[in-house]
Amino acid sequence: MSENKIKKISLVQRKTTFKEVSLGFSKSQALVEAKRCLQCKNSPCVRACPVNIDIKEFIRRIVNKEYSGALNKIREKNNLGAVCGRVCPQEELCQRGCVLNKTKNPIKIGYLERFAADYGGRNEGRRTKDEERRMKDDKENIFCRSSFVRASETSSRPSCFGLKYKQKVAVVGSGPAGLVCAGELVKKGFSVEIFEALHKPGGVLVYGIPQFRLPKNIIDNEVSYIKSLGVKVHANFFVGKTKTITQLRGDGFSAFFIGVGAGAPLFLNIEGENLNGVYSANEFLTRINLMKAYLFPKYHTPVNVGKRVGVIGAGNVAFDCARSALRLGAKEVFIIYRRTRKEVPAREEVVENAKEEGIEFKFLTAPVQIISDGKGNVVGAVCIKNKLGFVDSSGRKSPVPIEGSEFRINLDTIVFAIGTSANPLFIQTVKGLVLTKRGYIEVDDNFQTSIPEIFAGGDIVSGSATVISAIQQGKVAAVSIEKYLKKES
Amino acid sequence: MKIIDKQIIGKDKNARIVQIKVYSPLIAGQFRAGQFVIIMVSRESERIPLTIADSDIKTGAVTIIFQELGYSTKLLGSLRKGRSLYALSGPLGNPADISNYGKVLVVGGGVGIAEVYPVVKALAENGCRITAVLGARTKSLLILKDQIRGYCEKTFITTDDGTIGKRGFITDVLKETLKKNSDFNLVYCVGPVVMMRKVAEMTKVYSIKTKVSLNAIMLDGTGMCGSCRVKLGNKTKLCCVDGPDFNAHCVDFDQLLLRQDRFLEKEKLIKKIFKQ
Repeated sequence: MSENKIKKISLVQRKTTFKEVSLGFSKSQALVEAKRCLQCKNSPCVRACPVNIDIKEFIRRIVNKEYSGALNKIREKNNLGAVCGRVCPQEELCQRGCVLNKTKNPIKIGYLERFAADYGGRNEGRRTKDEERRMKDDKENIFCRSSFVRASETSSRPSCFGLKYKQKVAVVGSGPAGLVCAGELVKKGFSVEIFEALHKPGGVLVYGIPQFRLPKNIIDNEVSYIKSLGVKVHANFFVGKTKTITQLRGDGFSAFFIGVGAGAPLFLNIEGENLNGVYSANEFLTRINLMKAYLFPKYHTPVNVGKRVGVIGAGNVAFDCARSALRLGAKEVFIIYRRTRKEVPAREEVVENAKEEGIEFKFLTAPVQIISDGKGNVVGAVCIKNKLGFVDSSGRKSPVPIEGSEFRINLDTIVFAIGTSANPLFIQTVKGLVLTKRGYIEVDDNFQTSIPEIFAGGDIVSGSATVISAIQQGKVAAVSIEKYLKKES
Repeated sequence: MKIIDKQIIGKDKNARIVQIKVYSPLIAGQFRAGQFVIIMVSRESERIPLTIADSDIKTGAVTIIFQELGYSTKLLGSLRKGRSLYALSGPLGNPADISNYGKVLVVGGGVGIAEVYPVVKALAENGCRITAVLGARTKSLLILKDQIRGYCEKTFITTDDGTIGKRGFITDVLKETLKKNSDFNLVYCVGPVVMMRKVAEMTKVYSIKTKVSLNAIMLDGTGMCGSCRVKLGNKTKLCCVDGPDFNAHCVDFDQLLLRQDRFLEKEKLIKKIFKQ
């Protein structure tokens, strides 16, 4: 059993570099794990996966050492296998469905997915004749010869996907929802163009999740793959500002998928939040991940990380902030959370890794005021202790402040990782788009908005959620868009 | 994103004001006065906001005027004609309110004059009668005066050292101007934060609606991160989503000044390392 424990890089490297922490399965480990799969007839794991990846089959192909074939199988349902293998909360999804939970040792499907994506992509040239034959029989053979060739913005469509339809679809946002929706639509035979506001595509995959959990070259590969399918990607293009939806309609786009994400920072509206040294998680992580502030001054974007860092919140994002702060020289890093360990929403793996790296926890604690040094810099926070009260709308016990329990924590950097809300910038440029009470885009079961040719998915519809959830929404939206455009033509 | 023209339009021993025309037909066609672009000079660069001074739909070029202050603007200013920028996105920010306010007072300090210029044009084209007060440290840094003059009823020029126009701080000239005639329906002011703060204090006394364009430090420029947050009254607003223009009488300029300096140490470090 111990040989199937995932190897990680050394603790010293984890505290000082942004190298990927988990080394993933080796070939031999993957084989051992894949052989444990019982190949259950009714595959509860497949049903538990939000996009119904044929888990049983890709695992069987790993047993047969058909690594490219395994990746191909994953790609039938999920274009971002290497990403999901790393960041998907499999313990709550496919792995929870595994029958081997009975023996308290479910198949490590996540690590197998990561293995298939990493090895399958790398070992394309070493396919066996059987593997080739099996891949040809796959529902969609997605491995064009030009699969991993870096497709330029103006490359023509590869021969594997013809243009079945005359219509063009515009995908706004290149996060997981947009990337997947675009990939699905191009496979269905539409012309697809992605419009991305930032200078690099990937959305939260590239600005939000740190290098040590999700190396950026993986995103580059995934985006290259989607480009190789024939999708055109425009960076530095803010739909709503650079061109409006109306103008894009005039350019010949017949349908739109909005995947702009939920990114608007949330603060607590307490005194001192605008002091120097106080960040939203989005700013902190974007500086570090997208702008590579951890390589300052080679990369010119700065981020100031002091010696005592407090991160407010306990989701995956909060832990990403905390672990990044540690790597940037903080001596003490605290996760400050208003509930207890039991209610922590972050993945087990993430919390364990954080603990190993020396992150400390202050539970049942919430900041009520941020303290200044009189010169505009943060020097600490006044916090209050909580106790847990009745169960609230989120299904968790609500935190109740204990009167008179205020105390001070000395901190020189504070990061608010308490969630995000709907970014109004794009939304306000589309007249007639109906929103939910909380400002997200309202859609029906087909992810169609109040404007017939506009569909939406991902965080801008559901609020900040998982990558796999965004992928699932992107896929359903692609099916709906095809239905809609078929009717319209 | 190619630089198709570059000129040094202002210079003294400490500073250069650079004007570049960048080929970007989409932005040129879409730009409205008051908006800005986010620029990255190279792959390693910061993302910095710079106001669009002008655009030419025929050539597809946007004109950007900036002062070489920190590492990134100096790097931008070092690029030769023909070089391409790594990233250019826009037009971002809300367009300025250019309704016909009747009599308008426009105040431009230093490189802020470049930011005031497109708004002056637009206000004049909408029928406003404009009085302009333009100030700089010295004659060689007093940019665009002839261009702006053409759109104004009256133009006052001032320099700290008196090398052109009236000698003195721009705020002193403004004081005199308002004393003689405060019959304006709008004051639009762009310049160093300290100057905008002073102007706001003055116009408050006369109860004249005053707008300022704020240059908070930005990162994405699309409302995602909160880096450019400013205090407006008792609310916090984002320069990139809610601005860049704001009601000057509600802006917490003191907080803005403190926030502007938050990466000063890193700025000094990078200048030292790359020996600019």
